[in-house]
Amino acid sequence: MTFDVEKIRQDFPILKEKIRGKDLVYLDNAATCQKPQSVIDSIVHVYSHDYANVHRGVHTLSVRSTDKFEGARTKVKDFINAASDKEIIFVKGATEAINLVAQTFGKANIKAGDEIVITAMEHHSNIVPWQMLCEQTGAILKVAPINQAGELIFAEFEQLLNDKTRLVSVVHMSNALGTINPVKAIIEVAHAKNIPVLLDGAQAIPHIQVDVQALDCDFYVFSGHKLYGPTGTGVLYGKQALLEAMPPYQGGGDMIRKVTFTETEYNTLPYKFEAGTPNIADVIGLGAAIDYINSIGMDVIAAHEADLLHYATEKAQAIKGLRIIGEAEEKGAILSFVLDKIHPHDIGTMLDSLGIAIRAGHHCAMPVMDFYNVPATARASFGLYNTRQEIDVLMNGIESLIEVFG
Amino acid sequence: MFDDLRDLYQEVIFDHNRNPRNFRIIEDADRKVEGFNPLCGDRLTLYLKMAGNVITDASFQGSGCAISTASVSLMTEIVKGKTEQEADTLFKQFHEMTTGKDEHFNLEAVGKLAVLAGVREYPARVKCATLAWHTLDAALKNQQEAISTE
Repeated sequence: MTFDVEKIRQDFPILKEKIRGKDLVYLDNAATCQKPQSVIDSIVHVYSHDYANVHRGVHTLSVRSTDKFEGARTKVKDFINAASDKEIIFVKGATEAINLVAQTFGKANIKAGDEIVITAMEHHSNIVPWQMLCEQTGAILKVAPINQAGELIFAEFEQLLNDKTRLVSVVHMSNALGTINPVKAIIEVAHAKNIPVLLDGAQAIPHIQVDVQALDCDFYVFSGHKLYGPTGTGVLYGKQALLEAMPPYQGGGDMIRKVTFTETEYNTLPYKFEAGTPNIADVIGLGAAIDYINSIGMDVIAAHEADLLHYATEKAQAIKGLRIIGEAEEKGAILSFVLDKIHPHDIGTMLDSLGIAIRAGHHCAMPVMDFYNVPATARASFGLYNTRQEIDVLMNGIESLIEVFG
Repeated sequence: MFDDLRDLYQEVIFDHNRNPRNFRIIEDADRKVEGFNPLCGDRLTLYLKMAGNVITDASFQGSGCAISTASVSLMTEIVKGKTEQEADTLFKQFHEMTTGKDEHFNLEAVGKLAVLAGVREYPARVKCATLAWHTLDAALKNQQEAISTE
């Protein structure tokens, strides 16, 4: 399939916005992606034509709404190649998915003295839920180190795995560094010791073709809004046998089969983990986002983004006083950097005045900032609608602000 | 290229960012308070030397953006020789200038601090400018624990 980025850009109405009188250059995709018209339309359409509460309804709209909602589940299943719809749990985002696993699988299987292994490049959302679990259970959180390039030191990671390790929870692609972890190898060594593996796919999902069966991961989590879908949607994939054995997360409607005041029988998968009315319209919007991505092709998107990253990296390396944070061999479309004597927040404000949206801060990865001994970084992150011309605008902006700061 | 930003990044701010004033430790400080902006990671330690209720010396250490560095640098200059009451009045005026609703705020009242008035147009950056002053406020109240803008 040929890729026409100008045609793609026409699909995203927000890209026509002027920011402070300038053309918007949106390079904050790692925080959240913009939405194509088809996703926006799908939500408007649901509320205009198909909306009612899902499940158990006998009236026409409820059936229609349920069909579309469950249709979105099948789209997610196919998108990540899960074995069954039952393995796709809708949550509000990757963060909730990790918390769900910590508070159900974790509480059922992780006891005092047990160990959970993460890496030094995790987002706070793959640190804090485990710290909370450790506090509750007396388990211990172990952190596998990274090298200066921002890569997992695999041998040291492997050494952390022992007969007390109950779970490995690692990021597929780092939001602060762009590093893509060797997840296949991680899963292999963990499984060799019968340790299940959770992959935090929040960043990876819009950039990398994910096949949960080929990876053989036990859990995979991601957020819809980073996949060009609506906010408030997220997915927990879990192997069916694991999900079956886990206690429920929240109690309420939809997650039950039978309730009396003395006992409750829980519903089957996936509903056991979906208490209450779900985010119906936005989940249907997530289905539309997957349709949109499939219409382009993940391989085509990945190739385009690899070109953007390569182009941006070369240009950035040529700027004196610019230091790239995160230089892993395997890297996704994220360029994190610092400038000599110019704070990332000043970079962010100055670039904003040129219409360029980047992120400046700790990217919810304070331990990564500590590792590189920087308070924050500036981060440009690319998506399928970005262009080489936009990277030129960014790099010209950086050179100009270096001049202004003197 | 950055014409729109001239109100925010005035030359005085670049100057204080390049050459911060009173960037040192006062070993025998009477007051020492840490300020932290968790949003952007700005950290500073403020030192005050007192004679009765007069601030005889003020200095700081830490790292932050140009706005926060210039703000604390200017602040340490201006509060030297002021009584606690006078410094508190300045804190309130600075707060009003950067966050208040009054569009006709009298900039003359705050002297050279007026160069930071531009931050009020940039809500995301107000805390960069006010961190120093909230830290001073804590020092004036003789609080020991670190303060945070969140």
